[in-house]
Amino acid sequence: MKLEELRFGTELLKRGFASMQKGGVIMDVVNAEQAIIAEEAGAVAVMSLERVPSDIRKAGGVARMADPEKVIEIIEAVSIPVMGKARIGHFVEAQVLEALGVDMIDESEVLTPADEQYHIDKKLFKVPFVCGARDLGEALRRINEGAAMIRTKGEAGTGNVVEAVRHMRTIMGEIRMLKGMEKQEMIDYAREIEAPAELVIECAERGRLPVVNFSAGGIATPCDAAMMMQLGVDGVFVGSGIFKSSNPERMAKAIVEAVNNYKNPEVLAKVSRGLGDAMPGLDIHLLRDDEVLQTRGC
Amino acid sequence: MDVKIGVLALQGNVSEHCEAFCRALEHLGYGGTSTVIAVRHPEDLLGCTALAIPGGESTTISRLIDKNSLYEPIRNFPGGIFATCAGMVLMATVVADPRVHTLGLIGMTVDRNAFGRQRESCEMDLHIEGLSDDPFRAIFIRAPVVACVDPDVRILAWVDQGIVAVEKGRYMALSFHPELSCDSRLHERFLKSLGI
Repeated sequence: MKLEELRFGTELLKRGFASMQKGGVIMDVVNAEQAIIAEEAGAVAVMSLERVPSDIRKAGGVARMADPEKVIEIIEAVSIPVMGKARIGHFVEAQVLEALGVDMIDESEVLTPADEQYHIDKKLFKVPFVCGARDLGEALRRINEGAAMIRTKGEAGTGNVVEAVRHMRTIMGEIRMLKGMEKQEMIDYAREIEAPAELVIECAERGRLPVVNFSAGGIATPCDAAMMMQLGVDGVFVGSGIFKSSNPERMAKAIVEAVNNYKNPEVLAKVSRGLGDAMPGLDIHLLRDDEVLQTRGC
Repeated sequence: MDVKIGVLALQGNVSEHCEAFCRALEHLGYGGTSTVIAVRHPEDLLGCTALAIPGGESTTISRLIDKNSLYEPIRNFPGGIFATCAGMVLMATVVADPRVHTLGLIGMTVDRNAFGRQRESCEMDLHIEGLSDDPFRAIFIRAPVVACVDPDVRILAWVDQGIVAVEKGRYMALSFHPELSCDSRLHERFLKSLGI
């Protein structure tokens, strides 16, 4: 086989990877043991972290990329894809994660941003990126920078689904609104939301974002996950919701089954029974401005 | 003839498979008389001429096949099966991973993630046995390969890493993702092999 026939890191390979995650649950894990529990439960991928978001909140200070030792421990423990988080704009953390063999990089507001002006130029990387968004403009700006997957931001580490719902309803509502517009109006709207016009038009034509769209930030129960699926997401990230619950193994399996049967209340009732305590929750309205993560990197 | 194709819709890139089969059926002149449906439960298989098992995570799909009581119904499904990537893993008789409960429909040993991690995922032009001379643009995403096959399995293509396309009777299994490239020659060949 001649090497010039091979191409790595193309847009198709990046978006294709994201597409393979559809209908799945991606779980935050902090060590090999948790990664194995997630894989056994049927997670499609794991997010390798030093701390889950609720512990990042408690710790305060500057949250950075995980220790490479930790990431390698998790990569070696499982056969499913392993993702890793880099700070917003921190392209060197992203380079390190790519060198470690991480399968997808999350440029995440859960960590402390490294650049308040620019996001990572994601097109320079071979591995795909997922980025957070709260509305259509933010999602399309990230896609324009090279994100192969979007996750609605929600409010990480709260166990409160309200922001995840708000962000998904906002994006879906904006796309529905586009359908009633003519092209000129769409171009005008693109200017208003600071997004490239061609991506706005593509959303209108397809009736959805041009890349896979997951939900994140506050999903704590099987019903939360199923609700997000019914609102139209392609899959869910569960952060603190699994390993901060009283029975992580059962919670992990229950959320996987809930995502698979998201339209079936009988199954949801069955899998939700006797799960023990979900993670402790936080009221969004009681967070101080500097405790809100979703406003980082718009 | 009314043609109904099912796509196993437990996890993975289901909608791309549905669209690819719709395109292939249209090419073959069945645009108006065919349907492509999502298969989640055993009863969905009734009346299907063929089933597609999409790419995704084989450990996850395997678990959900068992959970949704689809294991025996798929094993006994009388129609054709078109399996890609994770689907190929599930079709095998032997996979070195106890978490994957394979269907054992094609006598072959499959290695998961044989190309390595996502950064090693690649696109390449492939020569496929029995297809016209134009190469096929194959999209490999954390792809498996076939390490060895039984004598009754026909090898359609291979690369340095191993065998990447096989056929056995009414079954076709591929390491790569023809549903992602805009080339429906393999879908059409599979449908024709079923007499469609």
